[in-house]
Amino acid sequence: MAGVEDRPILFASVKKLAQWAQSGSLWPAQFGLACCAIEMMATAASRFDLSRFGAEVMRASPRQADVMIVAGRVSHKMAPIVRELYDQMPEPKWVIAMGACASVGGVFNNYAIVQGVDRVIPVDIYVPGCPPTPEGLLEAVIQLQKKIRMGGRPMAPAMPVPEEVAEA
Amino acid sequence: MKEILERLEETFGERVTVSAPLGQTVVELPAAEIVSVVTFLKSQGFSMLIDLTAVDRLGREPRFDVVYHLYHLEQKDWLRLKVQVGGEEPTVPSIAHVYASANAAERECYDMFGIRFRGHPDLRRILMPDDWQGHPLRKDYPLTGLNPMPPLVRE
Repeated sequence: MAGVEDRPILFASVKKLAQWAQSGSLWPAQFGLACCAIEMMATAASRFDLSRFGAEVMRASPRQADVMIVAGRVSHKMAPIVRELYDQMPEPKWVIAMGACASVGGVFNNYAIVQGVDRVIPVDIYVPGCPPTPEGLLEAVIQLQKKIRMGGRPMAPAMPVPEEVAEA
Repeated sequence: MKEILERLEETFGERVTVSAPLGQTVVELPAAEIVSVVTFLKSQGFSMLIDLTAVDRLGREPRFDVVYHLYHLEQKDWLRLKVQVGGEEPTVPSIAHVYASANAAERECYDMFGIRFRGHPDLRRILMPDDWQGHPLRKDYPLTGLNPMPPLVRE
């Protein structure tokens, strides 16, 4: 390794590199369920410009996304659909509960609304507000990036290697 | 409007009661007459069913008012029909074959109040999940519902 020090090369573990790449290219599954979605759109638009943080590629399909932004109140009828879409997202994946309703049910303490989306899917970041400002959502994205770089939620265990492959 | 109401009373006699509280025309009638009355009114030009809903008057027997709002497009006039129903399974005849828009409205009324519409082509819940317990707009339905809240998810 002699002579490497004065060349433009950096060393890092693969894990650290992967976390850095993941945190810098979050693809949100847009999940606008109510008025919070308006602020989510504003966050992605030119004034607040979510792309400065590398998270502007809003996907309408869960299969192409790695962070689900639940923006709005989740009704009991919607809950199984939220769960199914979450299950369809590839690992590693994260969830931002945007606003009071997605976090704890908000003002809707009634029969129709699930009291927080964390009763349906695991949540990484909760954003307060009714609705949160675009700056609030940006802060959530930044905090999520920090969380990912620090190790964050562990990835699901890797697929077991079949015995005949392992032996070969 | 006046002529239509006169013809209505001529046709149905004692079975319908016409009144005009607050200047709004209300026709009260027994549940058994609803199909023939709305068929008659539609033939008289009330071509639009604006709304179909119910009122839970808990403590009164019969307990529910089923309320129909009709609109006369030429005369630009409104008409309200009221039917009282009660009992364990409150039931009224469906008018979905008279006004197509009653189909969804009767399903919502069934979902929210538990009122059965006899003869409805597809009387299922429309807003709440299919396996929902109870009828949320009844006065004795608890605010936070009868279904248990799912437990927190941790990963």
